[in-house]
Amino acid sequence: MIVAERKPIEEILPWLEGARSVLVLGCNECVTVCEAGGKKEAGMLAATLRLLFAKEGREVNVGERTLERQCDPEYLDELRDTIDGYDAVVSLACGVGVQFTAERYPSKPVYPGVNTCFMGAALERGVWAERCQGCGQCLLALTGAVCPVARCAKRLLNGPCGGSTAGKCEIGPDVDCAWQLIIDRLKALGRMADYERLIPVKDWSKDRAGGPRKVVREDVRP
Amino acid sequence: MRLGYPESIKIIRVPCTGKVDALHLQRCFERGADGVLVVGCREGDCHYQSGNFRARKRVEEVGRLLERIGIGGARLRMVNLSSSDAPLFVQAAREIHEAVLAAGPSPVGRPRRRPAAPATPEPQAKEALRP
Repeated sequence: MIVAERKPIEEILPWLEGARSVLVLGCNECVTVCEAGGKKEAGMLAATLRLLFAKEGREVNVGERTLERQCDPEYLDELRDTIDGYDAVVSLACGVGVQFTAERYPSKPVYPGVNTCFMGAALERGVWAERCQGCGQCLLALTGAVCPVARCAKRLLNGPCGGSTAGKCEIGPDVDCAWQLIIDRLKALGRMADYERLIPVKDWSKDRAGGPRKVVREDVRP
Repeated sequence: MRLGYPESIKIIRVPCTGKVDALHLQRCFERGADGVLVVGCREGDCHYQSGNFRARKRVEEVGRLLERIGIGGARLRMVNLSSSDAPLFVQAAREIHEAVLAAGPSPVGRPRRRPAAPATPEPQAKEALRP
């Protein structure tokens, strides 16, 4: 999932200066699972804003709504009849949802309510860790399903650097050395021969280095 | 024991403090409460293992939020008591009462009253239905 974390209220508040009605817009997908921008978090932010505005004596209508997704136009269309009633939207979706909402309703100011962090997984309730950087050319088949791009601080593709100590990375004692994980996994699978195979120079143009990317599937297009 | 506690306190019963959500706490203040006291079971005595520990984390989180938005974190407290701790409950109730008196009315104020509901049918209409 895309992992995000809630922005501090102090950062959001100045954007709403002068607004007389605000829509807090949650998203039912990734940000719900990582507890940053789902229905509940939208409710909490809306309640916080209502308390703040009431305390300041400002009459601001704070609405809340959570869409199934903010990254698909058909769900965003559900706002078509109501969005004109609001001066501003605080979207709790990832950066994709914020941008897509703004693209769909160009005259409406849309502000982010979360910081979008990474693509990751839940290690336990309340702890999420990065697992993928969307590099556009997956290497996991060669590395025992442990990603050296996302999990090695240097994105090394052919074995660890000298900073690997007792299975940990030199950037911090809590960070696993990705290559230690890869070697452990290949050993467990009896595939250490793969470790000897050199991974060729990676085509980083498929990563962000190649500019904004797009995926097109002609067979499913209307 | 018939111990008295401040009349300003309204009791809301929940099955377990684990059921008390951050949203519930926020809603109390939205609806005009000047303070909220969450009373959970003693630590280690939760029938659902960790309901009171979860509640404490939520109380702390909402308390921090109230502090940051200038309403005052001291208006929200949690204590852990057993059902036989009536004197301690009274003490905790008086303490939150005193804390709220010291802090003054909530800066949020009371919510505006909604427009009056439509008038009930005239009594004679009911009379007319009688055989």
